[in-house]
This record gives sequence, structure tokens and C-alpha cells, in this order.
Amino acid sequence: MSLKRKDLLSLAPLSAEEIKLILETADSFKEVTGREIKKVPALRGRTVVNLFFEPSTRTRTSFELAAKRLSADVINFSPSSSSVVKGETLLDTARNIEAMQADIIVLRHSSAGAAETLARGVKSSVINAGDGWHEHPTQALLDLYTIRERGLSFQGLRVAIVGDVSHSRVARSNIHALTKLGAEVRVVGPPTMIPMGIDKLGAKAFYNLDDALRGVQVIMMLRLQLERQGRALFPTIREYARLYGLTAERVKMAEPGAIVMHPGPINRGVEIAPEVADSLSSVILDQVANGVAVRMGILYLMSGAN
Amino acid sequence: MALLIEGGHIIDPGRFNATGDLVIDEGKIVAIGRGVKIPPGAARVSAAGRLVVPGFVDLHVHFREPGYEYKETIQSGAASAVAGGFTTVCCMPNTNPVNDNQAITEFILERARAARLANVLPIGAITKGSEGKELAEIGDLRRAGCVAISDDGKPVMNSLVMRRAMEYALAFDIPVIDHCEDLHLAEGGCMNEGLISTELGLPGIPAAAEDVMVARNVSLAELTGARLHLAHISTAGSVRMVREAKSRGLRVTAEACPHHFMLTEEVVRGFNTLAKMNPPLRTWQDVQAIKDGLRDGTIDVIATDHAPHATQEKQQGFTEAPFGIVGLETALPLTLALVEEGILSLESAVEKLSAAPARVFSLAKGTLQPGADADVAIIDPQAQWEVDPGKFRSKSRNTPFAGWKVKGLVMTTIVGGRVVFEAAGSA
Repeated sequence: MSLKRKDLLSLAPLSAEEIKLILETADSFKEVTGREIKKVPALRGRTVVNLFFEPSTRTRTSFELAAKRLSADVINFSPSSSSVVKGETLLDTARNIEAMQADIIVLRHSSAGAAETLARGVKSSVINAGDGWHEHPTQALLDLYTIRERGLSFQGLRVAIVGDVSHSRVARSNIHALTKLGAEVRVVGPPTMIPMGIDKLGAKAFYNLDDALRGVQVIMMLRLQLERQGRALFPTIREYARLYGLTAERVKMAEPGAIVMHPGPINRGVEIAPEVADSLSSVILDQVANGVAVRMGILYLMSGAN
Repeated sequence: MALLIEGGHIIDPGRFNATGDLVIDEGKIVAIGRGVKIPPGAARVSAAGRLVVPGFVDLHVHFREPGYEYKETIQSGAASAVAGGFTTVCCMPNTNPVNDNQAITEFILERARAARLANVLPIGAITKGSEGKELAEIGDLRRAGCVAISDDGKPVMNSLVMRRAMEYALAFDIPVIDHCEDLHLAEGGCMNEGLISTELGLPGIPAAAEDVMVARNVSLAELTGARLHLAHISTAGSVRMVREAKSRGLRVTAEACPHHFMLTEEVVRGFNTLAKMNPPLRTWQDVQAIKDGLRDGTIDVIATDHAPHATQEKQQGFTEAPFGIVGLETALPLTLALVEEGILSLESAVEKLSAAPARVFSLAKGTLQPGADADVAIIDPQAQWEVDPGKFRSKSRNTPFAGWKVKGLVMTTIVGGRVVFEAAGSA
């Protein structure tokens, strides 16, 4: 089986079956990443280009490792080292990459819709590795994989997504995916960071963290962009941490055994207390490990390889 | 040479609405009606089954010259205007350099004369460089030929400066136009703020960004007694406030653009940059309010906000692409759609495109009264056609209406008694 899609741009149009297929495909690659020789020939002769217009270490490295473990040839493009600084448009850059027979382009861009714009202009498959505040589909898929790995089932699962939901692509992708699989999604943060109409996407908005955490099995923290303080979104980091920081005390509001997630990089002592980040309930490092397996699965499915 | 336009359905809003003949001589309308005296040797044009109306007047276009000639020139813009039945257009000052002084105004008028197509009337800047700080030489701009003042896409945020501009404009009886947008509320936004912006992760522009400025401007118009014209209103709140201001007798007028009564924010889905304009496409409720405003006269004028941009600019990502669409060559059929829908009578549709805008800017245009300049459009109201941007006279192709099947085609456009446009295949 393969995904009958040229591109993976957003989780909004995916069916629950397609999401499950990706998670199941990742299972077999998770096994590969545990071997002594962590490499399979599935994508031998294929070319994967990481086109990252925004700085990223973790996602780019994860994609690079995933592609290499599938034996693909991998090229990394970043604006500082490419012709983007010379004024070339996104589409022209991509067409040049395509002319070098790239099979898959993995795009990270600061503008919402960049992946969709690119996908319309090139024949290569495009995987969205984060576009502005819009979506980060592979992050949500690895989050789902991590939840599932903990033996939790999605139907009726209660998940709280905490922080700056307005500016979070991770939140949007997770809301789409989790609600499709039958989970109950709560978003919580200061009203300045909860976007208009979020309920129409299927998430319930809370402004009080303690209320939102009651009875949840998954706590998904979002990174606070510290520079947003100057944008009148919150008064001080101190007050934000007091109202929306996840402390050990607060974890107790959730269901016993609830897991704590974070897409990283974490601000210790801001959105998450150090002892929570390092606690047994934290699955933050599992998310990173699973990221490689899930991205291997996605690359494999997108390449149409069987 | 005299010209007789025979047997058309003539609409001169508020004056004449019947089948008849129109006689033009020496650049002026000389007779309108039935059984008119025909000058000897007059050329005859049959207008049977056609509408004969005053050439349209557009209070809001961007012709990009000087500075951005790759998007549009005064020549190409005027060609686009007459192809859409517009014989008079008022061009916004956001050129490079900004039209904030007599020299730029004279340059624009000179280019327009050279083009010999439409009447192109400049709008001067309110403040120097449209920077919102010091008043431009409004007296000089008026004397040089500017018909109104506006800082257009850079609304005057400082309320004291706006107050002074309104007061100062009183000396010249010149309308003050504002593009109502609180730049702080709108900062970084690129579409209407709401469910769709949330879903697409695009920074939003709330309706309140327009509404608070409409409220401010209405208050300042009341304080100063100025003639305030509100450009391209797009929200239910704006319509409500303009209605209220008019009911109190304030000198406030408003325009709406076809895209704001034909399209909603839904069109943005898929990150469609041809649906990116400012003010942004709003919700269904806002569209209904705009239609209500047009119907009850709250909105005086239909204007295009013709905003040409090069293809490569609109091919950028949604957040990077510039705001705006071209509108001159699609305004007529989109307005006639309101007639089909029963929102406007045919006469009031013609009025909102001709007599009303002329009145708002005190232009001796938009009428077929004997003695008036012979600016006339002949229209086939039944002709169906498909919008093909490749055939636009404008230099730019940025329209969300490509491929639309529309009704109502401009057959002939006459400016100052001279035929400046004829549709392909028209006799």
C-alpha cells in the first residue's frame, strides 16, 4: 500500500485511514532504527532535498537521517548557502532543484502556504516540514506515533495542547490529526494566543491551565517564542510561567500516568519545569527518536516504493 | 463630425431612461431623446438592443506610473479603462515618487493627454510622501488638477494630522479619502481574521481594523465638516456606521468594490494569491451588508480599486505576494450581476458607476445632458463571455475572476466625442 498523494502538505485533508497507514508503516522502520546496521535499501537511487528556509536543527537532522537510513541521496539547501540570498524566488529555486531530478523536496519555510505554492509548481513530491503558523504534519504524526507507542488509544483520548496556539503549526496539525482519530482536544493559553474560531476546528478552548488539565491523558506543551513578549501577547515571562507553565504540581491534575510532550526546543522553567521535562511522564526524547522512524515511513510512502 | 447613436436604451441616471437617440457633436452631447434633430452629414451608429449610458467614472485606480511601469502605465491603464466602459478614472497617489506635489500631478496629466484614451484625474497625497506626518501642498495639488486627496494604502494613523487635513481641505472644497485601516490592528495580516485564517495559519486582519478607522473618520468629519469619502468599505460595521453618519446629515460618502460584493474569504483557501487584497475578502455576512448598503444608498459608488501587479509578484507565497487585483475590465458584468440578483435596478447600477461617483468628486461627468462632454459607453447587456485575463488591455493579469462566465459586454466607448474603444467583432 502507498499514499495516493503526490505531496504531504497538511493533515487537514488526510483521512483517518491514511494517518493510520503512516503510523503502521513507521512501525517497521522503528524496528530498523533499533538494529545494529540501521539502513535499508528502500530508497536507493532516489534523491531527497532538504530545502530549509528557516533555521532548524532537529527537523532537518531527523529528515536527513531518515532519508539516509533509507539509502536515498540527501542534499541540504539552506538560504545562507544557496541563491535565495541573491533574490531568487522560492519557485525558481525549487525548479532548479527539480531540474537535478530531486524525487522528494522537504520544505521548511516561514510563510504559511509555502509548501502548497511549491507543490503546485514542481513535479517532485513535496513534504511540508513546517510552513509559518500553518502546519507541521510530520511533527504531529510523530506525536501521534509516540502516544500510540505508550499504548493509548485515540478514540476518546483527552489531550491538552498548552501555549501559543495562534502561532503554532504544531498545534494546528495535531488538532487536525487527533480529532480525525476520535480524540478530544483542548487548547489552553492566554486568550491573546488562542485564535478566533478554533472551536470550529474541533478543539475546545480553555484559559485556565488547571481546568484544562483535569482528566487528560496527554499534555502537549508548545514552545513559547520569547520574542513575542514585545507584541502585547503576554506581560512578562514570569507571569506566563506562573499561569501556563507546567509544574509537577499541575501534572497531578491530569489523569494518573498522563504523558508530557513537547516538540522542542524547550524553555526550561518557562513553559515546562525542569523536573517535569526530566520526569518519567516526559516522552520528549521518545518523540525525537520516533521522529526518524515516522519520517522514514513518510518518505517511503511518498516515494511510491514498495 | 456629428455622431448619431440610434435606437438604444438610453439611461442617463435620474434624467432619462427610455429608448431613444443620442446626438454628439464637437465633443459634446447635443441632443437626447426621441425625434431629435439630426445634424446634416452625421455618422449613424445603430444601438438597437444596446444600452447607451454615460461613460463610467472610477474613483479608485492605481496606474503605477511613475515608478512601477512594469505593472501598469497610464497608457495601458487608460486602455484597460475604456475597454471596461470607463471614460474617467481617478488615480491614487501611491506611485514612486508619491503624487504629493504639483510636478507629479502635471506629469500624470501630461501622460494621460498623450494616451488620448480616458480622462485620467489624479488624486493627491494628504501628507508629504504619504508618511502621515506633514500635510502635502494641498492647495497646489488642487490647482494642478487633483480632484481629491488620499494617502490610500498608508492611512493617516495620527488623528490630529487627519483632523488638520480635513480642516485644511475645506478651503478648497476637496474631498478627503481614507483607506480605513488601523495599521496596528492589521499589522502583518494578509487575509480576513476568522475561521479560515485560523485554519490556514495566516496572520489575520480583523474587521475591527477597518471599523475603528471608519468610526474615527466619521467623528472627525463631524468635528470639521469636511467632505469625507471612504474607500472600498468591506465590513458590516462600516456599512452600519456610514448609514448612521448619513442619517445625521454628515458629508460622508462611500464606495464598494465588485470583489467585496461578489466574493468571500473562502476564495483564499489553497493560498490563492489572486484572492489577496486589502481590505481583505470578508465573510458572507459582510457581503450581505455591502449589498444592503448598495441597495439602500448607504454606499454611493462602485469603484474598482484596480491594482495591477506582475505575474511573478503574485506567484510568490501568500504572505509575500502584494495586495490587489485588476478590476476595470470586469466591473461592468459584476455590477450587472447585482441587477440580475435584484439588489439594484439597472438605472441605479449605471448610476453607481457614473453619475454618483461624478457627484462625489464634483466632476462634470457621468451624465448625458446636452452640453456635457460626450463620454459615452454602449453596452450589450445580454452578451455572455468568459473572463480571459490574457485578453486584458491592462499590463497585468491578476484577477480572481478568470474563467468566470459573465454577462454584459462593452461594445463601444466614446470619450469627448471620439470612439476610443470598440469590442472585437462589433459593427
